[in-house]
Amino acid sequence: MKYALTVNGSRREVEADADTPLLWVLREELGLTGTKFGCGAALCGACTVHVDGVPVRSCSLPVEGAADQRITTIEGLSTDRSHPLQKAWIEEQVPQCGYCQSGMIMAAAALLAEKPQPTDADIAEAMTNLCRCGTYTRVRKAIRRAAGMVADAAPGRAPA
Amino acid sequence: MSPTLSRRGFLAATGAAGLVLGFELPLGAKRAEAGMPGGTVVNGFLRIGPDGAVTIYTATTEIGQGTGSTLAQAVAEELEVEYKHVRVEMAPIEPAYFIKPFGGAVYATFGSMGTYSQFEPLRRAAGAARMMMLQAAATRWGVNPEDCVARYGVVKHPPSERLAGYGELAPVAALLTPPSEVPLKAREQWSVIGRPMPRLDTPAKVDGSAEYGIDFSLPGLLVATIAQCPVFGGTLGSVDPAPALKVRGVRKVVRLENAVAVVATGWWAAKKGLDALSPAWNAGPNAGHSSADYAGLLREAAGRGEAVFAAPGQDPAKIRADHDAALAGAVRRVEAVYEAPFLDHAPMEPMNGTARVTRDGVELWLATQNQSVIKDMVAKQLGIAPEKVVIHTMPAGGGFGRRIEIDYVRQVVEIARQVGQPVKLIWSREEDMTHGFYRPAAAARIMAGLGPDGMPVALRFDAACESLLDHSVQGQKGQRPPVDFIGLMYAAKPPYAFPGYMARLTKAEYGVPVGFWRSVGTSQNCFFLESFTDELAAEAKLDPVEYRRRLLKHLPRELAVLEKAAAAGGWGKAAPGRHQGVALSRGNGSVVAAVVELSVTDGAVKLHRMTGVIDCGIAGNPGNIRQQVEGGLIFGLSAALFGEITLKDGAVEQRNFDAYPLLTLAQTPAIDVHILETGERMGGVGEEAVPVAAPAVANALFAATGKRLRVTPFAKAGLSFV
Repeated sequence: MKYALTVNGSRREVEADADTPLLWVLREELGLTGTKFGCGAALCGACTVHVDGVPVRSCSLPVEGAADQRITTIEGLSTDRSHPLQKAWIEEQVPQCGYCQSGMIMAAAALLAEKPQPTDADIAEAMTNLCRCGTYTRVRKAIRRAAGMVADAAPGRAPA
Repeated sequence: MSPTLSRRGFLAATGAAGLVLGFELPLGAKRAEAGMPGGTVVNGFLRIGPDGAVTIYTATTEIGQGTGSTLAQAVAEELEVEYKHVRVEMAPIEPAYFIKPFGGAVYATFGSMGTYSQFEPLRRAAGAARMMMLQAAATRWGVNPEDCVARYGVVKHPPSERLAGYGELAPVAALLTPPSEVPLKAREQWSVIGRPMPRLDTPAKVDGSAEYGIDFSLPGLLVATIAQCPVFGGTLGSVDPAPALKVRGVRKVVRLENAVAVVATGWWAAKKGLDALSPAWNAGPNAGHSSADYAGLLREAAGRGEAVFAAPGQDPAKIRADHDAALAGAVRRVEAVYEAPFLDHAPMEPMNGTARVTRDGVELWLATQNQSVIKDMVAKQLGIAPEKVVIHTMPAGGGFGRRIEIDYVRQVVEIARQVGQPVKLIWSREEDMTHGFYRPAAAARIMAGLGPDGMPVALRFDAACESLLDHSVQGQKGQRPPVDFIGLMYAAKPPYAFPGYMARLTKAEYGVPVGFWRSVGTSQNCFFLESFTDELAAEAKLDPVEYRRRLLKHLPRELAVLEKAAAAGGWGKAAPGRHQGVALSRGNGSVVAAVVELSVTDGAVKLHRMTGVIDCGIAGNPGNIRQQVEGGLIFGLSAALFGEITLKDGAVEQRNFDAYPLLTLAQTPAIDVHILETGERMGGVGEEAVPVAAPAVANALFAATGKRLRVTPFAKAGLSFV
């Protein structure tokens, strides 16, 4: 089957079986490998992308369900790491292995789009992505920083 | 430690590449762990390109731990270049670059050795290069090198205001005789080392551009996925490939000894093809195995105390006699049995690898922790020379020891060989979880003889588990010790000065593949012994920190870490309704302590805060160390609260994260990390915080409920974590 997808603002035609998860279309057909395969069962969130602004676990969304919708992947969040979350992620030195971080950032971006000033409870509720390296405390801080809720300089910042 | 350079091991090369420096020098540091002979010799290399770009070569894979960035700091400091411009690359897989951590030379990433084993050699390589730059400039200008200064990659002669960049000096410098003595900067002069510099790999990890093993691609690359015999040790009987071959995109069905793989144009087609197959397995002798049976076997084996651990030069018979004599002086005895389950590494990036097999050899693209072993083993597998095995190391989405093993590498090599085209093999999460090299399940029977003051006069630690070396690829190379004491790590030499101490190990084989799981034997033994120490404190009616203080009287480093954790963690000052637990660990030359504070309401446990303290000697990058300690504590909490791999009918029951939960953000306490530097010598960091999580939580739960939890995971005791 041929599907028309709008990915990061570009219209793309792909040929795939209807049941192919969006994740594999993004990774293997469109070369957008920033979106990761972690569990294949919508449990870990490493594959989180936005579909019409809503965070979706792309390993469990068949491509036919994503057709004609607006898809944003980590590559489309900004072209130059200028999204407030990406900046905050660097300031707080969040990633370790980094594998889950694309999904983590996309989940956080959806949260901030909906709640620009999230409470700790909002963050805990929205951020169900799994991280094996254990970056959760920094994810919390980085979201608060991106939301403008942290004023001080980050400890990990390099001298200019 | 003798800091003189070995001329013999020194290498200087010229050409368009600029200056390449290499060193080989003995570091003399003995880092004996249980069953592992000590000794450290390291190589380090750096390159200065014609454009002045500095590249350092390391034998450490980036698996999340950030070693490369800390090594870049060491080089920036001594070479006088800007940290953010240093590039980190994987060294060629040649013996000159191998690290010698535990007696054998390896190109590998384990034992938390990456930074401590390469830091000093790279500093010296960088210092030598700086001296050669100064000399090259001074010769060109006909001035005294002492009158020149090197800063930011430029040599300056202040009296004449002349300047020359490292890039233009490199070809000249490369012709110079390397200095035989390289003075390193004194600590007070450091401006890069010891600072929390941002990791060099972070930017690529926030925009999706970091390329992991699973992301690699080639023109014409096929993708495979695999199903392995559910029972360990079983084999593939028969499989009809026809149903898979009917799936659009499937190219081939490959039979392996214990598995079947489907190769297709993409992963989804491969998976659909695999799901369409009905392989018949020969389950073999382990088909009836169950975790309940094994738990009984372990408890029984722990009581046997077969092999007494003795450090080199110690006599097991004397250790036993001393223990018995000390025990005779006890006024009473305390005994307890502890248990821990198999654990999966579960890195977020499932096992994968890409292979291209040609007449000329094999090329591999791998996120691996064990390059030198792969080179040898794959050469044997294909019957070719090791130099015909080319490995391109990719960053890994977590390793934690799982990527020491090479099962998935052997598979993709064989699949690619049969297909005759490059193949990327990607395991499903279900295969990853059900075919791990698990942290061994273990049991320990611990007994203390107490004096009238409640302090131990003798202590005995009798553990049982499978042998790691029986299963891990690490046991298939080199010489094996007569007894594999890796299962006694931490317990072989606990951080407390227990008098009349004896640790014994009994091998309890059950056919389950076991391997090196972040912090290895320390992960369970610290839980066992630190919980038991807490039991002794309660017996003695002493505060747990005070009891430990008395055991650390003559161990100032361990005591300082404990005191810092107690002070920073607000020991004894918990708010009403909150309860605290403490634990101390030591491994890979570092000491760690943690204090956790929690509350329990109707069986629901809330972790409020956790304080971690590490003394790892020189803290090359305190920011990175904090990150690793936070992550280690969380990794340890996942295991302590939820982690358990169980067997039923010989197969692993947990297939995905719903059945093998990890700690979530919501469950994660506030974590506060402090770094102490009581010594100069660097120790490990990546693994060291993992082991204290379980005993700290168990001890806090005891304080909260009066119930002693002697088995992980704690969720099995009817507790939930909110």
